[in-house]
Amino acid sequence: MLATGTAVDGGFSNQVLDAQIGFAALMNALSRPGTLQSPGIHVVPPSPLSAMTAIVALTLCDADTVVWLDETVNTSAVRDWLAFHTGTAITAEKELAQFAILDAVRSVADLQGFAAGSQEYPDRSTSIILQVAGFSSAQKFQLSGPGIKEVVSFAPEGLPEGFPDFWAANRALFPRGVDLIFTSKDQLAALPRTTRIDEKLGGHDVRSR
Amino acid sequence: MTLQDTGLAAYNFAYLDEQTKRMIRRAILKAIAIPGYQVPFASREMPMPYGWGTGGVQVTASIIGPEDVLKVIDQGSDDTTNAVSIRKFFEKTAGVETTTRTGEATVIQTRHRIPEAPLKEGQVLVYQVPIPEPLRFLEPRETETRKMHALEEYGLMHVKLYEDIARNGHIATTYAYPVKVEGRYVMDPSPTPKFDNPKMDNCAALQLFGAGREKRIYAIPPYTSVVSLDFEDHPFEVNRFEQPCALCGAEGVYLDEMILDDKGGRMFCCSDTDFCEERRGEAESVSASNGEIV
Amino acid sequence: MYVAVKGGEKAIDNAHRLLADRRRGDPEISELSLDQISGQLSLAVDRVMSEGSLYDRELAALAIKQARGDLIEAIFLVRAYRTTLPRFGYSEPIDTGDMKLERRISATYKDLPGGQMLGPTFDYTHRLLDPALAGETVPDAPERRFEEAPEKPMRVSDILAGEGLIEPDGDPSGRDPADITRTPLEFPLERETRLQALSRGDEGFLLALGYSTQRGYARNHPFVGEIRIGEVEVEFEAPELGGASVLGRVQITECQMVNQFKGSAKAPPQFTRSYGLVFGQSERKAMSMALCDRALRAGELGEDRVAAAQDEEFVISHSDNVQATGFVEHLKLPHYVDFQAELELVRKMRAEHAHRAENMQEAAE
Repeated sequence: MLATGTAVDGGFSNQVLDAQIGFAALMNALSRPGTLQSPGIHVVPPSPLSAMTAIVALTLCDADTVVWLDETVNTSAVRDWLAFHTGTAITAEKELAQFAILDAVRSVADLQGFAAGSQEYPDRSTSIILQVAGFSSAQKFQLSGPGIKEVVSFAPEGLPEGFPDFWAANRALFPRGVDLIFTSKDQLAALPRTTRIDEKLGGHDVRSR
Repeated sequence: MTLQDTGLAAYNFAYLDEQTKRMIRRAILKAIAIPGYQVPFASREMPMPYGWGTGGVQVTASIIGPEDVLKVIDQGSDDTTNAVSIRKFFEKTAGVETTTRTGEATVIQTRHRIPEAPLKEGQVLVYQVPIPEPLRFLEPRETETRKMHALEEYGLMHVKLYEDIARNGHIATTYAYPVKVEGRYVMDPSPTPKFDNPKMDNCAALQLFGAGREKRIYAIPPYTSVVSLDFEDHPFEVNRFEQPCALCGAEGVYLDEMILDDKGGRMFCCSDTDFCEERRGEAESVSASNGEIV
Repeated sequence: MYVAVKGGEKAIDNAHRLLADRRRGDPEISELSLDQISGQLSLAVDRVMSEGSLYDRELAALAIKQARGDLIEAIFLVRAYRTTLPRFGYSEPIDTGDMKLERRISATYKDLPGGQMLGPTFDYTHRLLDPALAGETVPDAPERRFEEAPEKPMRVSDILAGEGLIEPDGDPSGRDPADITRTPLEFPLERETRLQALSRGDEGFLLALGYSTQRGYARNHPFVGEIRIGEVEVEFEAPELGGASVLGRVQITECQMVNQFKGSAKAPPQFTRSYGLVFGQSERKAMSMALCDRALRAGELGEDRVAAAQDEEFVISHSDNVQATGFVEHLKLPHYVDFQAELELVRKMRAEHAHRAENMQEAAE
């Protein structure tokens, strides 16, 4: 683990250009669901916040945002670091969060309860940033939908049991729903609410619409 | 505060301050996640007038990086005054490389046209939008149109288009022709001629729309279904020009009508000036290699 | 052979050089200084500060000079600068009861505590062009009252409130104020949001709407309870400095109108309030704003909405002159691509029309 010193260390070394690189990665991730993005920026947040999560937070959060942290991430070091570098407010209410940072997801219940927006304002929803170990899970999803030419294979590690059903339910809410941003140590990927997931079974694609 | 502070040196990369960029970036990501839905954003006053591309400029300023290559077109042309003005703005404030070549650009900001050359993966097309609400001319109230989008209640739009057919025999909307995105939101494609509508469907590039005065951002991700509204007995069709471009001979492209004299003399040539120039360049090099004089 | 028009860049540069030349005017005549504009065209400066939403006389004077006296252009320049300024926070609400008055009148009482104070007004001047002003003038020294009379006369609305005849005022405490420069408008608006939009709204537009209410399009029986012009302190709460500190003073015009109200299902018969507040000295704007404020409260007070001035989306969406002028003037930009599409359609429809007429002719023969 990297020593992180105090809350004032480890942010963007170039506020303007690093943020642009971070955003470009996020924009590509959401417009090309399931593709892995590797923004080459060096940041050193306090553990258990991963560098990639920190890049997302530094890129998108500021005094106008409200962030929810799960039990693992919600340490005073993380809160102080986020407060110093972004000025974001922290909430304990899932419903109020524009962004949520989750590390350990034991069950799909952990992913539930966030804001899905309203039918009039579906944009008033939570973007969930989910820390994962990597993108080489044996369980592969076949993704389709906007942003995907034909199909994309996506294999985030450590997803809870029943994730495809959770996602199908989220998709059924459209235009409401949450969007997911997956962060590993050095890569990120996203599932916007429009993406359809099919589990790959025994080499055959099972697609349902 | 001193007046010296107002010098350009005090402005940020790509003009906008970082907080404004973050706000716009958050809106862009939501727009991509909800294709065709107009995300409200706190549009800023820009140093150019509302209605002259402030929405597009704010979007471009929020996405562009030093590595990007920018192309700006207005009415299909890189050389119209407003395109020149916006291109200069980004040269000055972001120091980015600019181009007129569609194929070389990573970000293309446009007013009223989509380039003729197919766009590629990795490119972003940024539209300047005057009135983002496709239902606005049927229902002027935001409170009402918001409800109609929420309930997916688009009957009024179909009634309007059908009234056109009843009166004129065909749909009388020739530009800003409404589309349905991914089977859900009816969307205004900005005042591009309907000729360009089919290019939006299943496009490899990301399409972002910025309406500054109306404070809305919306998006079409790559490879997304975009269908022009129509009826079974009156399918959508694009205008066809009877003659090819008088300069490069291209067919199946959008043409501008040039008035040559006061005796009714006119010619038609490509609205997309870059497309036309590239074709003429190719033709010249082919003729040159054949040893012909053009 | 026709060659697509090039050289837009050069044309723009030349146009801007010409603009600079015309702005300067005859070089034999001495150039305007910002102090001259600020001091002698002070009401123009006030309007630019007010609708530009930035209290800075020097910048407003510069904008007026740069805009060749076109005030909407000057407002635009100020706005475009203002939007780049960092926001440190929100000041405490100003206390207009604590105003250092230069003018204070009431139309509802003949005399009242504190008295009527006319101040520097055009009212009661005879609008006769004064040839003497064409040359240099040295006006007689004015008599100043507020220097030696710093008493704080009570507000007219407080006199009415003491008797319970007027609805209670809004409660400013608690939450952060709305900010129309940071949040996109969401209709219907809270009154405070509406008032912000009106305060930066175009003077001419609000004047016309206010006038329309007087002529019967949503008549609301207004009385000028009180107009105050003067300076107030602006305080900023900075916890690290141990409380509120005074940032400075600003000149403002406040108009409180009192409106007859018969009562409705929602509210008993009483007087209602309407409010106008602008930077600098502009009674016309503050009064127009108050008339519009009252008209826009129709829904809240259970009145029928029958006229343009009562229509919040209509009024607020069109009150901003920087937005309005941009969009109106954008019609100057080339539109030949869209026009081409319309040309094709009109030609096609004319051909069809002619064809139909021919057929009818044949059928008749």
